[in-house]
Amino acid sequence: MSTSHDVVTSRIAVSPEPSTETTNETQPSPTVLLTRNLEVFYDDFRAVRDVNLAIRQNEITAFIGPSGCGKSTVLRCFNRMNDLIEGARVAGEVTYHGIDLYGSEADAPEVRRRIGMVFQKPNPFPKSIWENVAYGPKGNGVRRKSDLNEIVERSLRSAALWDEVKDRLQASGLSLSGGQQQRLCIARAIAIEPEVLLMDEPCSALDPIATSRIEDLMQEIKSKYTIVIVTHNMQQAARVSDRVAFFTTEVNEASDRRTGLLVEYGRTTKMFSTPADPRTEAYVTGRFG
Amino acid sequence: MSVDVRDDEPAVDRSISLVNQVSTGRQLRDVLFRLFLYATIGLALGSLLAVLVRTWMDGGDKIGTAILKNQPSERPARAGIQSGIFGTLWVTGFCAVVTLPLGIATAVYLEEFAKKGRWYNRLIEVNIQNLAAVPSIVYGIVGLAFIARGPLQWGPTVATAGLILALVVLPTVIIASREAIRAVPGSLRTVSLALGLTRWQTIRKQVLPSAAAGIATGSILAVSRALGETAPLLLLGGLTFLTRNPSGLDSRYTTVPLLIYNYSTSPTDELRQVAAAAIIVLMVVLLALNGTAIFIRNRFQQRW
Repeated sequence: MSTSHDVVTSRIAVSPEPSTETTNETQPSPTVLLTRNLEVFYDDFRAVRDVNLAIRQNEITAFIGPSGCGKSTVLRCFNRMNDLIEGARVAGEVTYHGIDLYGSEADAPEVRRRIGMVFQKPNPFPKSIWENVAYGPKGNGVRRKSDLNEIVERSLRSAALWDEVKDRLQASGLSLSGGQQQRLCIARAIAIEPEVLLMDEPCSALDPIATSRIEDLMQEIKSKYTIVIVTHNMQQAARVSDRVAFFTTEVNEASDRRTGLLVEYGRTTKMFSTPADPRTEAYVTGRFG
Repeated sequence: MSVDVRDDEPAVDRSISLVNQVSTGRQLRDVLFRLFLYATIGLALGSLLAVLVRTWMDGGDKIGTAILKNQPSERPARAGIQSGIFGTLWVTGFCAVVTLPLGIATAVYLEEFAKKGRWYNRLIEVNIQNLAAVPSIVYGIVGLAFIARGPLQWGPTVATAGLILALVVLPTVIIASREAIRAVPGSLRTVSLALGLTRWQTIRKQVLPSAAAGIATGSILAVSRALGETAPLLLLGGLTFLTRNPSGLDSRYTTVPLLIYNYSTSPTDELRQVAAAAIIVLMVVLLALNGTAIFIRNRFQQRW
């Protein structure tokens, strides 16, 4: 874990991204992901526009906003998952440590190895718990059983699941409860030691207790990972995140379709207490959305 | 925590009736429709049973190892179908070797790689559907013109027959494999790709293993169709009487269906009994194959 991390950190030290943040913080952490005028199209339809964001290292950034505002679409730009949707196209700039994620030298599998993802619905493979966690490392070239065992244990420990499953690693991943399955998915995602973890509404299918376990877990692993989370739940964003990006939708006059856009991006405390944009204020105070 | 509800008990509301209010006419139609469904099932099973019984009455006496071991002969006492069995194995085997990799690969391309909107992919799709409906004799004509004669000049050999049967069943294999691949939930692919695996790794490690049971079932059913094909082979010069087993892909051959065709048109009763016995052999093999397909489907089917 730490080795790949150190390499990354040193690279940032060489070429730091210019900070787009204007608040007077003491030493903001380095930018990992940066978007400039990001737009996403589905065929001719512009689904999101005007996304300018800097995701910072070892922080939790939450994307909030009403349905259809493009939060998940933007999230999926960061690990090239939009590539899988026929007709999807990205315009503008998305960089990872200054490297263009859509440039010619960016290979999608390599991008995804560094920028992992946890999905909305817990979706373990219909395989054993052990196989679920070992799947990524195996696919990325780890062969030795002892290495894999070590990775499985470390990942399950990181995901706070080890104690619950250590005696039944051969049981099916689907035999676990919903909350355990989601933690298994987190273990599976961090088994390949990504630097960034994208979480697309990871708690929306879970009960409040399981949700709070995932939130605690996010705080625990924050020191090792940069986390971006999409959430419908404003309280969750307020509880877990360091920064919040608020998206909303605007009806396109010509086509009568809704395009999402980034309204405001800032520190969570500020976004929830003194947002600059009236639309943000309306949303966080529950007046719409 | 039991709550006393005696005080809450309502008076019986006489204005509500829960007795069946549906008219007897509707009930009658319901019964009639069910009877109609039973009748169709009965008809299908009944005719199958009639064929089985009739065939057994004709050929039951001839069933035994002798008919499997003996070569075809005009003398009823020594007549058998050995060369047909080996011929069928050769032809169907070659057919399976050609058709399975090709069919599964095509299905993988169409489901996993082809962009659905492109005109050439739509053309391929429509063509496959159409080819599945083309009568096998047409494939026989094509094979005769282009493979047995024409550019390839393979002659009336096992290879020609296997290749043409491969074309006959290829659309079926493709369609069955596509359905099996399509049934694999998208989330398995998405997660695998999100873990940094390549598309080919994802297909090899997630899609194909999950679809294997469905592909196997469809392929067995398709190949069992090739087993019974007669028409294109008659056209391609498959022999209806041959007392030697094929020795390779370039041998001449006969198959069980071709021998059945020959025996059943013979003038003597006893030789027609051999045909019936051969039909029983063929049906047992087909039932065994279909049974295997059903077993595989039930045993290995993934439930999501």
